[in-house]
Amino acid sequence: MVETRLIDLAGLQSLLDALVARGYRVVGPTVRAGAVVNAEISEVADLPRGWGDDQEPGRYRLRRRDDEALFGFAAGAQSAKPVFFPTDELLWRGRRTPGGSGFEVRGAPDGGHGGHDDEPGDTRPTALLGVRSCDLSAVGIHDTVLTGRGFADAHYAQRREGAFVIAVACSDPGGTCFCVSMGTGPRPEQGRGAPFDLSLTELLAPEHRFVVEVGSERGAGLLDEIGAARAAPDEVAAADAVSEQAAQRMGRRLDTDGIRDLLYASVDSPRWDDVASRCLACTNCTMVCPTCFCTTVEDVSDLSGESADRHRVWDSCFNADFSYIHGGTVRESTRSRYRQWMTHKLASWHDQFGSSGCVGCGRCVTWCPAAIDITEEAAALRGAPGSNLPAPPSPAVPAPE
Amino acid sequence: MQTIAEYLPQHPFFAGLPEPVVALVAGCASNVHFHQGQHLFHEGEPADAFYVIRHGRVSLEVHTPAGPPVVVDSAHTDDVVGWSWLVPPHRWLFDARATEETSAIAFDGACLRDKCDTDPAVGYVVLQRVVQVMSTRLHSARIRLLDLYGAPA
Amino acid sequence: MTAVAGAGSRAGHRGDPFLPRPFVVRHHRQDTRDTWTLVLEPVDGVPMPFAAGQFTMMQAFGAGEAPISISGDPARPEVLEHTIRNVGAVTRALVHAGPGAELAIRGPFGTGWEVSSGRGGDVVFVAGGIGLAPLRPAVLEVCADRAAYGRVLLMYGARTPEDILFADDLRRWASDHGVDVQVTVDNGQHAWQGRVGLVTQLVERGGFDADHTLALVCGPEVMMRYAAMALRARGVQPGRLRLSMERNMKCGVGLCGHCQLREYFLCVDGPVLTYDVLEPLMSRAEL
Repeated sequence: MVETRLIDLAGLQSLLDALVARGYRVVGPTVRAGAVVNAEISEVADLPRGWGDDQEPGRYRLRRRDDEALFGFAAGAQSAKPVFFPTDELLWRGRRTPGGSGFEVRGAPDGGHGGHDDEPGDTRPTALLGVRSCDLSAVGIHDTVLTGRGFADAHYAQRREGAFVIAVACSDPGGTCFCVSMGTGPRPEQGRGAPFDLSLTELLAPEHRFVVEVGSERGAGLLDEIGAARAAPDEVAAADAVSEQAAQRMGRRLDTDGIRDLLYASVDSPRWDDVASRCLACTNCTMVCPTCFCTTVEDVSDLSGESADRHRVWDSCFNADFSYIHGGTVRESTRSRYRQWMTHKLASWHDQFGSSGCVGCGRCVTWCPAAIDITEEAAALRGAPGSNLPAPPSPAVPAPE
Repeated sequence: MQTIAEYLPQHPFFAGLPEPVVALVAGCASNVHFHQGQHLFHEGEPADAFYVIRHGRVSLEVHTPAGPPVVVDSAHTDDVVGWSWLVPPHRWLFDARATEETSAIAFDGACLRDKCDTDPAVGYVVLQRVVQVMSTRLHSARIRLLDLYGAPA
Repeated sequence: MTAVAGAGSRAGHRGDPFLPRPFVVRHHRQDTRDTWTLVLEPVDGVPMPFAAGQFTMMQAFGAGEAPISISGDPARPEVLEHTIRNVGAVTRALVHAGPGAELAIRGPFGTGWEVSSGRGGDVVFVAGGIGLAPLRPAVLEVCADRAAYGRVLLMYGARTPEDILFADDLRRWASDHGVDVQVTVDNGQHAWQGRVGLVTQLVERGGFDADHTLALVCGPEVMMRYAAMALRARGVQPGRLRLSMERNMKCGVGLCGHCQLREYFLCVDGPVLTYDVLEPLMSRAEL
């Protein structure tokens, strides 16, 4: 029996205060420059109270709600990805040894955010407030990709270990949402995706309060500390109803039946030419996608050449030189790059990591300047000529360790 | 050393051909020998033979105005050299030079063309075999044109 | 194929696979007009055991990193040998590292040739150009245990006679270890006594029992594609035909995503992969 409690707005503030007092950097949704973006928060007033959003392919607008909901919007501009997997990560600092032709290398301080010189940067653990079910699944996927295989990303692992996660059940899915199709929402479920400490469902009537599902002992401990009461059965039922009605209001759907085989068999589909005529290879989709993880390295030296730092920065398979080898680029055409991205996301990911790479958050659809819709492309491939070809057999690939 | 009639059926070019065909074609054949450095033929000369190398090595070369000739192909034991006997105007397009003592079987081109004209069925199987050799050589030449091991673009 | 890696390589240097180790150049030898061999030793004296076919990420300090196959003897891990072709800014910096210079090395990474699985049968090495370098460790491994194998053939295509790598090794393998070494060049000089033609033509000549052959192929991708076709045409089983594939690599440890060939991370699932897996992936452009 899942333990559920109830808190009101004052209780939510107490929760934030308790987290700050424990030394967490609390990150949650805020409104900035016409979008919902994650930022450091400390007050309930920092949250997007009374804001909703309209999302369509290539379109994102905030709009005023006629109530005071704190989480009445769908996917924000960014997922939880940059919190644990920063856009720029210092890998090591190198210095030539004086007088010789040697050098020494020092690893970057672990777990720090934005460290420069010899300062570790912000080393506070992160408490994430407002993680949607789709994004929680994405964090779980990143846990597999970045720490669950042969070589692990130690910095990522450190940030994940210390993190406190407060998920939120969606009440107002957006026009580009399709988490139901991908089996990742709309309600956070313990055991699906990354674990959460607490999961909130916002209720607006008859009073503004939150049904809180307890996901961990330290989550329960925090609720005890702020004196949160047990939720009554009708309150639990009301929370269930929020998720049920949200599941009925998905903006889109993606038929995942046999999708891996379909993508593999569609390697020569004329549909790729069609999407390539629209795609700008601008990389927006990969930047906002919560599961994309490609990076490149940048070596930064000073003018004297005495020191060199190596940074790891986000990259995108849509970039022109992503697949460059001496002699030329393997994926020269936009056509081949879009095919690579979509095939990886919906098909190869299964063979590599045992799940789909798509969590149905809809961000790639919303933020595409050409309004390309991955669900539409998947449906088109299904109907395209040659789509009934049998896929090549799935060869055995070593399972993630 | 085997006679031509004994040697030919074992050779890859002739293997599987009906015995009468091999005997017919053998009628146009004779044993030849080239000393080291000796030319089999020169570019531009009438191409009225094709050769099966029994033993030895032959360079196919293109002579250039400046510098030594470039070797564009080589023929070794069991290789077949020459198909210009089949292609008008029947002139050699390269130099061929034995780079070591080389023994070969030379097939008279006019004799062979005559037999193929007389019996098109024989002509067809000979043509099939020649086309296979040409196909291999053409593929080899095309891929070498890519200069795969050369400096990057 | 399972990754055959040296002890401790998964943990990386000091537990971090992104942290390089300094190696000092002991010998520096120019092999051909664009290829050099560096012989390196670890500055801290700790050897880097590796499997034939693996690579390291090599960096000249501050000049960028490149994946380079190890070309040395797996039985002598105290020395790290790399044969490098100068094809760009990073490799240019590497080949100019003279004796005493230090290079930053991460690895060894990737899957190996596992040539020992060819014991009891014939082994055919097909190398094109610089592709002979990643195969050299496997040839050395076979020569060190020659009696365990049947016929061993090495078919090697180079651009011209001046571009032939490891000429001394080729002679020694033929004379001392019973390897049937067959060399061909794309075009030759007047004085060249060897073969002129594509390396696939050597495959077509046979000389091995295809049903019991392990074939290892390395070179430019086009050459590997045609060599694999020729080997298949002779009857070599696709599961016993291994190629070493190349793609852009930034991390070498399966995390940056660059080296993917459909579902395979070439730095972790490869670079050595079997032809039954590779054939559909090589037959299409821009995959």
